[in-house]
Amino acid sequence: MIDNQIISTVLIHLFTALLQLVFWRKTVTQRILSVSGALTGHIFALILFNKVSGGTILTMNAANWEAPFGIVFVADMLSSTMVLLTSVAALAVSIFSATGVGRARMLYGYFPIFHFLVMGLNGAFLTGDIFNLYVWFEVVIIASFVLLTLGGRKAQLEGAVKYMAMNILASTFFLTGIGLLYGITGTLNMADLSLKIPQVENQSIVNLTAMFFLIGFGIKAAVFPLYFWLPSSYHTPPSAVAATFGGLLTKVGIYALFRVFTLVFVPDEFVKTLFLVMGILTVLTGAFGAVIKNNVRRMFSYLIVCHIGFIIGGLGLYTKVALLGAVFYLIHDMIVKTNLFLIAGLIRQLRGTMNMSKLGGLYAHYPKISLLIAVVLFSLAGIPPLSGFWPKIYLIEAAFFGNHYGFVVTIIIGSFVTLYAIAKLWSEVFWKNASADLVVVDNFKPLKPFKKLLLVLPIGILGAATLYIGLNAEMVIQVADRISTEMLDTRPYIRAVLGK
Amino acid sequence: MELLLVVLIGVLYAAGVYLILRRSMVRLLLGIMLLGNGTNILIFLLGNITKGKPPIIGADLKVFADIYADPIPQALILTAIVISFGLTSFAIVLLKRVYALIGSDDLDDLNTPEEEDI
Repeated sequence: MIDNQIISTVLIHLFTALLQLVFWRKTVTQRILSVSGALTGHIFALILFNKVSGGTILTMNAANWEAPFGIVFVADMLSSTMVLLTSVAALAVSIFSATGVGRARMLYGYFPIFHFLVMGLNGAFLTGDIFNLYVWFEVVIIASFVLLTLGGRKAQLEGAVKYMAMNILASTFFLTGIGLLYGITGTLNMADLSLKIPQVENQSIVNLTAMFFLIGFGIKAAVFPLYFWLPSSYHTPPSAVAATFGGLLTKVGIYALFRVFTLVFVPDEFVKTLFLVMGILTVLTGAFGAVIKNNVRRMFSYLIVCHIGFIIGGLGLYTKVALLGAVFYLIHDMIVKTNLFLIAGLIRQLRGTMNMSKLGGLYAHYPKISLLIAVVLFSLAGIPPLSGFWPKIYLIEAAFFGNHYGFVVTIIIGSFVTLYAIAKLWSEVFWKNASADLVVVDNFKPLKPFKKLLLVLPIGILGAATLYIGLNAEMVIQVADRISTEMLDTRPYIRAVLGK
Repeated sequence: MELLLVVLIGVLYAAGVYLILRRSMVRLLLGIMLLGNGTNILIFLLGNITKGKPPIIGADLKVFADIYADPIPQALILTAIVISFGLTSFAIVLLKRVYALIGSDDLDDLNTPEEEDI
């Protein structure tokens, strides 16, 4: 069904960014515009999600060029869910940024770039054309380069070099894959590719091309052994930026893997095993990296890597139940990881440091905020009935009945290590008495109540979203169930795009 | 012509990978640029090079009767060139700033010990 409302979320963030460029250096106006733009985007994402969850797949042909010749935008269940989650995270980050980002950064265009980034993310989720996906990826990474380097401190620039090199390399791999794919099939439309790939005589060339996509998206999604850039760059920018990156950017890589490896290339046994092994090693390396880190944000960076392993492993199992679990985990992960970095930013505001050995006693001073944070941490560790618990049941069930006991063990180890890291964080930052000779820099107390609210509210919003996902798991399972059904049976998608 | 391009692509990729594996930041940048150019020529090659056959249907015909040059790869390359131009210019400025800050071109010097972050 053709519906031009699909790209409304893209347009809203585009116009918000452009309007903010008009109000260059007027930071108060920019803040108001940013929050209202993010809110409008969220409303439109909800409308889109409601339309799609009614059971239809919506499409839009750019400039009315019929697919497969023109660029097509498609909102199926996976796309619209990702757009919805992005809009929630963007709203929270936008509110947090109003006080959490320094004025100097705002003067140099923090907000417009942030909205360009969110625009790129929405575009990447909605496009149905593989080259257009590449273009949206580039929109996202150029915006992320600017956000990462804005401020120009030494550590930031050092992290940015690694981030930039790896991301441009990933794009080159992706583009090479697209070139090869066009050479063997003569089309760029993903639905059309899905029909033409099985007809290619020489399937080994197809597998070779698939590996280019695997490496390109693997670098972006930070899977083992391609993740090393992530922990060495995500701890450098301001927390609001790190929240956007941690919650949304790596997930774009995951989304692209899901999309390409269910619709375009259907994995054979070799690719499935490869995903599974990569998932297992990603969980283990991420988990052990998280244990040894003493800085809150460095620890969270490794936890991102660790939990991406669960999702990739779920994709590697490639059964209905496993995909359901992986998608549910993705839904949970986007919200929680964004929140974790916002929490890190709040801790920095409260105590002026993120080094765990210098922190302590937060629970005694700020009991209410600490309890709010505790809910998020519990949900990350997967304590029932919070949101991290449900997807693991499905993943373990799928791995168990598929006789992949190694992955079962890995999920359990990964969960335990996460729990350990969270327990360490809780006791070091919140329960331990801060040593008396430390100078406490509390930037939070002197703030006006309204500004305090702006820092705590987004954590509350995302915390509420986490609780909703956990306590209303049945509804999320229905969504994830439909997404995994659409992944395994791509005919409705192809019919919606090509009309056959 | 095809063979020449294949060799050229191979050389560009090999040189790009070699330069990326070096420790110097400038070589890293040059390597990324060479890889990008190799990719562009690869797309050009995979679009089946045809000379002097524009993709225009004659006035008296309904469909293409003859082989024709595919315009899509050229559109793709044009997009890719513009994008890589933007990325490369950003990368050059970034590397210049980093060089001014740490006074070294060596990627191994990019590890300032853990400091208080924002």
